[in-house]
Formats: sequence, C-alpha cells, structure tokens
Amino acid sequence: MNRIGWRIIPILFFLLLSVLLWRGLSLDPHTLPSVQVGKILPAFALPELIHPEKIFKSNQIPQQVVLLNVWASWCAACVDEQVFMMELSRKGVPVYGLNYKDNADDAIKWLEQWGNPYKVIVQDSQGKTAIDLGVYGAPETFIIDKKGLIRYRHAGIMSQKVWADEMAPLMKQLDNNG
Amino acid sequence: MIAELGLFFLIFALLASMMLAVVPLLGLQFQRPCWQDTAKTYVIWQFSFIAIAYLCLTSCFLLDDFSIVYVVNNSSIALPWFYKLCAVWGGHEGSMLLWVAILSFWMILVAFFSSSLDKEMYTRVLVVLGWLSIGFILFLLTTSNPFLRQFQVLNTQGRDLNPLLQDPGFLFHPPMLYMGYVGFSVAFAFAIAALWSGKVEASWSKWTRPWTLAAWCCLTAGITLGSWWAYRELGWGGWWFWDPVENASFMPWLVGTALLHSLAVTEQRQQFKAWTMLLAIAAFSLSLIGTFLVRSGVLTSVHAFAVDPQRGMYILGFLLIVIGGSLVLFLFRAQTLQTQTSPGLVSRESALLLNNVFLVVIMLTVLMGTVYPLLIDGLGLGKLSVGAPYFNAVFVPLMIPMLLLMGIGVHLKWNADKGRQVFLRLNKTFILSLVLPPLLLITTGSELDFSVLLGLTLALWVILSTLNALYKKIAERGLSGVGQSYWGMVLAHCGVAATVIGISVSTAYGIQDDVQMNPGKTFNLAGYAIQFIKQTALQGPNYKGTRTEFSISDGSTIKTIYPEKRLYNIGQMAMTESAIDVTPFRDIYVALGEPLNDNSWSVRLYYKPFVRWIWSGGFMILAGGFCALTDRRYYQKRRVAATRGIRV
Repeated sequence: MNRIGWRIIPILFFLLLSVLLWRGLSLDPHTLPSVQVGKILPAFALPELIHPEKIFKSNQIPQQVVLLNVWASWCAACVDEQVFMMELSRKGVPVYGLNYKDNADDAIKWLEQWGNPYKVIVQDSQGKTAIDLGVYGAPETFIIDKKGLIRYRHAGIMSQKVWADEMAPLMKQLDNNG
Repeated sequence: MIAELGLFFLIFALLASMMLAVVPLLGLQFQRPCWQDTAKTYVIWQFSFIAIAYLCLTSCFLLDDFSIVYVVNNSSIALPWFYKLCAVWGGHEGSMLLWVAILSFWMILVAFFSSSLDKEMYTRVLVVLGWLSIGFILFLLTTSNPFLRQFQVLNTQGRDLNPLLQDPGFLFHPPMLYMGYVGFSVAFAFAIAALWSGKVEASWSKWTRPWTLAAWCCLTAGITLGSWWAYRELGWGGWWFWDPVENASFMPWLVGTALLHSLAVTEQRQQFKAWTMLLAIAAFSLSLIGTFLVRSGVLTSVHAFAVDPQRGMYILGFLLIVIGGSLVLFLFRAQTLQTQTSPGLVSRESALLLNNVFLVVIMLTVLMGTVYPLLIDGLGLGKLSVGAPYFNAVFVPLMIPMLLLMGIGVHLKWNADKGRQVFLRLNKTFILSLVLPPLLLITTGSELDFSVLLGLTLALWVILSTLNALYKKIAERGLSGVGQSYWGMVLAHCGVAATVIGISVSTAYGIQDDVQMNPGKTFNLAGYAIQFIKQTALQGPNYKGTRTEFSISDGSTIKTIYPEKRLYNIGQMAMTESAIDVTPFRDIYVALGEPLNDNSWSVRLYYKPFVRWIWSGGFMILAGGFCALTDRRYYQKRRVAATRGIRV
C-alpha cells in the first residue's frame, strides 16, 4: 500500500464516475413518456380542412385500425414524410390528418403540391387537440385501434424502418384481434 | 461517388493509424530502429487520408448531395456557401470528423516539430497518439458514419443548419475549442510515453510545455469566443450559463491551467513530477469525459447532440480503456518520479502547488454540479438540473483566495522565502488595492456595492502586485532580462483581473428592461435615450423577418443600431438578432421580443457596463499564453540539450 499511496485516489474516483456515467446511459433525460398510449383518443369536434363548413367529430372515425398523422404546411420534415404517407394510402392504410396550428390556405396549397394521402383532415388551428394528444412537434403519427384507443405513437418522421419494424406488425395484430 | 471516396479514405486512415500503433511499437520492443523510423511516414499518411475524407464531406455539402443523411439533416439549398462550410461540423458525425482531422493535424505537428526529441521518446509519443486515433476513427466508422447514404425518396430542400449556428461566431468557436480539447492529447501522450518508458528526463517538461500552452491557448480562445457568441446570439444578454457543455469545456481549461503552472515548477525545480503527470492525464481525460457528456445524451443541454445510447456505450468503453488504463499506469509507474526534496512552506513552489489545489477543487465542484443530476436520477430520486445559483455559490468563494494567492505568488522566491519579507514587499500594494476601489466608486458617483468592491479590490490587487513584480524584475535585470514567458504571465494575470472587473461591474450595475415600443417611441435607460425609429421587412437568403432601427443618444452623440427578428424558412424557427452599441466601458443591447398589435414590439433593453472587459480579459489571457509560447527559450535550449545529450 505504501508503494501505491495517494496515487490510487484518481483511479478510484474515475471508476466511481464511470459507474455513474454508465447508469446515466440507461436513463434518458429526454423521454417524455406518452401518457396517452393506452388511453382513449381525446374527443374533438373540429372543422374539416377541405370542407370547413363540416365539423368532424372524433367518434366519426370508423371502427377500424387507423393512422392519425399530425402535420402542418410550415413543417419541413412533414414534406419528407409525405412521399411515404402517399405510398401507405395507396396500399389502403386509412390515414387521418390533423392539421396542426396552420393556415388553411397554405395547408391546401401544400396538399396540392405534395399530394393528399388523408381520408379526412381536421383543422386544429389553435393546437388544442394536439395538446390533448400530447403532441410536442410535427410530424407525429398515432395508431388508433377499433375501440378508439391510442395504441402507438411515433414522434418525428415516419421511415420505412419504423413502419416495417414496429407499426405495420402492430396494425396487423390489432386488425386480427377483432 | 464523392461520399464513398470519403468513406474509403477514412478506412485508409484507420489502416494508417493501425500501422502507426503497431509497427513502431514492435520496433521499440525488438530494438529495430528502422521500424521505429516508420512512425513519421504513417502520421503523414493518416493526416493526408483524413484531410481527403474531410474535403469529400465538405464538397458533399457544397454540392447539396441530399442522398447523404448527414447533409440533408444539416444543410439546405438556400444556405449561404460559407455556412455550408461550417455546417460540416454542425452535427455529431461531422464534428467528430473534424475532431479526428484536428487530432491528425496535431500529430503531424508533433511529427515535424519534435525531431529534437530523444528518438525513443518521439516514437512512443506518436505510437500513443496512433492508438488514440484508432479509437476515434473506429468510433466514426462504427457508430457515426458521416457519409451514410439513405435511399428513401425525399421531396426536400434540406432540413437546414440550426439557425442558432448561423452566425459568424460559429465559424471559429468549435474548431478552436476542438483544437484545445484535442491538443491536450499531445501532453497526454507525452505523459504516457514517459510513464511507459519508466523514466522522466529533466527535459520532459520543456518538451511538454509548448504543446500544452498551444492547446491551452486554443481552448482559451474557444471558450472566450463561445461566451461572446452566446451573448450576441442567444438574445438573453448573458455570457455564461453553466450549461453542461460549457462546463465540459471549462473543466479541461481549469486543469490545463493547473498543468501549465505545475509544468513551470517541474521545469525549473524538477519537482511535482508525479502531480504534473497526473494533471496531463486529467486534462485530456476531462476533454474525453466532456465528449461523452455531450454526445451520449446523458445530460440535456442547449448543445447536446442527438441521443444515441450505442454511441454512449462506445465512448464509455473508450473512456475506460484510455483513462482507466493511463491511471493504472500512473498508479504503478509514478513512484519512480517521487522527489525527496520538498520546498519551504513559503516559496513559489508552495504557492503554485496551492494554486493547483484551488484549480483542481474548482474543477471538481464544477464536475460535481454537472453530474449531480445524473446521480440523483440514477438513485431514482427524480430529475433535476443544477443551475447557476449552485455554481455561483461555490465558484465565487473559491476564486477569492485564488486571486489573493495570485498576487502573492508572483512575489515569492523559488525554494524558500521569508514570510516577514513577503509582507514588507507587499503591504503597500495591498493597502492601495483596498483603498482605491471605494475612492474610484465615489469619484465616479456609483453606488457602493459590496460585490463590486470585492471584485475591484481583488482585481486591483492582482494587477498592482503583478506590475510591481514586473517593475522589480526590470529594475534588477533590465528590460531585456525579462523573458517572454514572464511577459506572458503578466499579461495573462492582468487578463484574469480584467475579466473579474468585467464580471463584477456588469453583474452589479447592469440594467435590464422589458418595454413595449412602437416606431417613434423613446425610452430612457441609464441616462441614454433609446428611440425606436422605424421597422422594415427583411428578406434573407433562407429567412424572412423584420429589421428595425433604433437610435441611442447620450445627449451629445447619436448612434444607430439595427436589431432584427428572423423567421427561418425551414422549421419556422424564430431567431432574435440583437444589436449592440459598443464602447469599451458599456454596451447598450437591444433585442426584439414578440411583435404586439398595432406595429409595436416587446423590446428587451440592457445596459451593461464593462461587459466587454470579460472577453477582453479572455483575449489578454490568450495573448499571454501566446507570448509564452513564442518564448525562444524552449526552442533554443532544446537544441542545446540535444547536442549535449549526444556529447554525453
């Protein structure tokens, strides 16, 4: 011990620190667990984007497994997602849109430019429904099951990978479960 | 095609660094000088390959190649070309590539400017650096490939560089900071090489000191520029936020400062060798830990990169090998460095040692504050963040004795001094620095504020006592007898004092006001009439916005400044471009808040006296480091030592 003396302190200190850092890795300071997963889709009654005189209510979503996509014309990332959304829509996946804090004219122009994959789009110009959903940015995509429960949430751009690995299998399973 | 070329060259660079790490090592092991001689060649190869890879990534940015994930995420078509150049290091992958490029730049400097080093030592240093670069290049290739392609069709014009980073300050800040972080790897390699060979020659510290100084200068510049950028760009009028990432740059700086002072003792007196080695290891280790904190996502910060636990695991493993390994080496090899002589209680060595203790304690408290949220989160006690109140509460009391000591230390003699004589040497200076601040405040008509009095007293004490020591030295040896290192010390110490003045005065006497203003309205702030003249629409290359005109009048002169509010097209991020009217003694800072109805704006106004002194002090410290770096002594004596070595 005499040979080693005080020089052991730095290594001990470092080991302690690395345990702490290792523990830190498994904790994610950014996780905002979605409180909404497993809960009923918050009720809303919002004007449709294309036909603003019509009010679309949350219970008008048919009893099937659907995607609810939150988007806006000001959101650059939503453009990236749009090609993929169009593809899903062509495959027959029902996609509903929530137009988040947007100007209706811009939103319609945007749809003309990039294509419209949505069955129905509702205007959430105040962003209140988005708050109920726990949205913290666009785009976000939710899977709603037949009973109107939120089963999955994906924040950010939908990619082929997320779709193939997680969302498609889940939708299939929910479809089969009656 | 270019991206694939870049990737190939990155792999070639990995091969070169593997060769560097292995072939000369075997040469050392089996006493084959010709194998040892290959080290320099491999360094040149590695440098060239990485430089090519870096240029490839840059050209991908300039050509808007959006099939590369990293480019699409950090650039856009409308981004001006010079920001495209910076966007190369705007995200995790590219900044890691910059890191590796800078490491190989330092390596090539070592390879070319240390040929006077003892041959074996030279080879060992380069081998250690070779192992380090393997670690970093592998990190790039396995977890953070900047050349990664994506094949999904995107209707995109690029997601743009974060608007916060679209500022001239960002051109220089990260490269400077990295030059500093990575530069400590050279001192680290010198320490490891010495521990590895088991002997520390008398000239070891003379070899190490210029490299440490160079890295420390870059880090000083990086931190100062970063603080200045934050002040201008973030629109909060603050210049230091104790953000985890700022702390990550501040900790190596503190230890680097301690290392410089400790190297001075080792160089002059051949003492504290083990301690100096430990500091050299610690300075680089803290740079690595900083990297971990920033890039693994364990802490939230303004600067933090995307969260990726895999990267975190890699860096943690790397930390364990590099830091753990070198500390174990230190544990078993450092006993050969112990010196029997111990300096007198009152001596320059003791003062420098005490200074080291303070710097290290400050570093530890900063480290503690930075990782405390992790500790609490790890114990399951909730999430919290440690903010400025903690840091200010621990930092200020530690700085007080430290500054007092700075004034005394420069007057002490090597080896042993007498307490009474020191008192006689310094009592007048001390009284002067006690009496002057209140007089200054009273004559300028400022209110007597305790923190300002304290700051001014300490700063004056450091300045007067340093100048006094300089005066005595000149009187004793003549102007030419004062070495450049000494001038560097004087400059750097006065720089610290200037920063202290800037901090205490601007904090105590600064005024902030949030007001609602419309064109034509005038507001009075600290004796200045600030008038909102007009607003015009603004159209930038990749943003729209409003440009306003404000005039600032102190009764005799009128100045005009133009604060802006920008809305970046991609991501719709609103940015406040504040405008500042600058004089050496005060800043008037105008930042636009939100537009309100009928043409008016919420406007934030700051009056910040002496705030420029904070960064001026930083640049003085930098100039001091530079002055010491260009001291001919290192380059001449080394040659003498080398020739002497051959004769013996």
